[in-house]
Amino acid sequence: MDASRFIARHVIHLPRSGIRDFFELVARTRDVISLGIGEPDFDTPWHICEAAIFALEKGKTHYTSNLGLPELRRAISRYGERQFGVSYNPDNEILVTVGVSEALDLAFRAFVNPGDQVLFHQPCYVSYHPSITLVHGVPLPVPTYARDGFALNAEALRDAWQPGAKILVLNLPCNPTGGTCNRAQLDAIAAFAREHDLLVLSDEIYAELTFEGEHVSIASLPGMKERTILLHGLSKAFAMTGWRIGYACGPAALIEAMMKVHQYSMMCASIVSQEAAIEALTRGSDAMLRMREQYRRRRDFLVRRFNEMGLTCHVPRGAFYAFPSVAATGLSDREFALSLLENEKVAIVPGSAFGANGAGFCRACFATSHEQLLAATDRIERHLQQLRSKEPLAAEP
Amino acid sequence: MSPVLKLLLEGSTLTPAQMAQVLGLSEDEVLREIESLKQQRILLGFRPVINLALEDAELVRAVIEVRITPERGGGFNRLAERISRFEEVEACYLMSGAYDLLVFVRGPTLQKVAAFVSEKLSTLEGVLSTSTHFMLRSYKEHGFLLESAERENDRLKVSP
Repeated sequence: MDASRFIARHVIHLPRSGIRDFFELVARTRDVISLGIGEPDFDTPWHICEAAIFALEKGKTHYTSNLGLPELRRAISRYGERQFGVSYNPDNEILVTVGVSEALDLAFRAFVNPGDQVLFHQPCYVSYHPSITLVHGVPLPVPTYARDGFALNAEALRDAWQPGAKILVLNLPCNPTGGTCNRAQLDAIAAFAREHDLLVLSDEIYAELTFEGEHVSIASLPGMKERTILLHGLSKAFAMTGWRIGYACGPAALIEAMMKVHQYSMMCASIVSQEAAIEALTRGSDAMLRMREQYRRRRDFLVRRFNEMGLTCHVPRGAFYAFPSVAATGLSDREFALSLLENEKVAIVPGSAFGANGAGFCRACFATSHEQLLAATDRIERHLQQLRSKEPLAAEP
Repeated sequence: MSPVLKLLLEGSTLTPAQMAQVLGLSEDEVLREIESLKQQRILLGFRPVINLALEDAELVRAVIEVRITPERGGGFNRLAERISRFEEVEACYLMSGAYDLLVFVRGPTLQKVAAFVSEKLSTLEGVLSTSTHFMLRSYKEHGFLLESAERENDRLKVSP
């Protein structure tokens, strides 16, 4: 008998992540240079690991408060004031989660009624669309464009908006595009959110990795704190992906609602990871800034190389991804990524994995060493030459 | 700090052509920068960082705490520079605290290093005392960890 009869309908119809598909292909190929990762190549700075080891030695092996360790929430509050320019009360406006992924899921489960419409910009992180579907919400994608550097523009938002839309998800700087909004662009989005009474879920996991201009949090704009859940975590800027620590900040009533879901599902984030997070937020900025400096140099190199070899690539203002167009090759993003993997053993992720209008682009992560980037770009260039030399052949009858 | 120097300090083994690519400069500019760093005596030279335990090099290393008499006019410099000129001396630093110079020496055998200390170093006029510590094992060299086994790379190849 087919076991799938036990699976819920909305899960059966949920497509697998395009990244997952691609991952399995890459895993079968040997000696791959991967620009397909979504995490820093740096290990967690050692002083942070030491804090975790020390925590274990002190016997920190128990549950924590559902909201997270009070000391961590105080550290988050102080960090938030510096980094985002918004002040949150550690007693009731901050919830520590298992990565921003959990925080997002909690927010959708706490705020979305079946049928509620949720706006989010696309191309975007692979989880948004399915997470909305899982809570029986209605996803309303808002396109962003290469010509804007993939910043979200309020006009596109207005066009995608439907009467009754309840939530707007932002991810600035954005995975996979590196796009982000300046203050003026964000002001326009904030005005739109206030005008249409939207709750904003702002995933700012890449905030520190902003290379051009300052990072502006929408929560810091007038009248926005009371309608914004600010989501942030330690994974990217502090090279702590495996520790799984994120957090949500927002109005007490909304944090309380998210906490209810969290307490019945996750209970609390790992105490060892929470202890490490305290160290990172209070004493981790030097190491973080050193890593950012490296990313910036690698970004400049990778983007320049893509443009040199004829793959048009905007300069990502944040995050650690280049998102070049592969339209010039005449192949789809998926065809290009597959042929590149097959012929030159370089893994990049087809842009269509990040939503419909990621098609025609590929995501290449530059959080890897110069040696790897040099070798990868040489291979990509060779592959492009190979494709070009084949073109006339393909045209023959 | 010049971007070329920054890259070199990170232990980069890129060729000048590759450095040029990475930094968005021409190869000529990189070569000129390296030449100018050398001329200013900022860049003194290059050395590979080696795990001597694996290389099976016949090499004994020691650090020596040296107390010396400072001299009128020259302070510690004249004697420190004189000590530095010995081939056996890898590095020599003026220190604060209980002794004056910390001298890193190397030699093919323990006897040779001991002979250097007792015959050459401690007999110099102005050297008051020496205290020699032989190195037993290295855990980190110039920023590189000397882990015994190759660390397993279990990172995912593709992740969201």
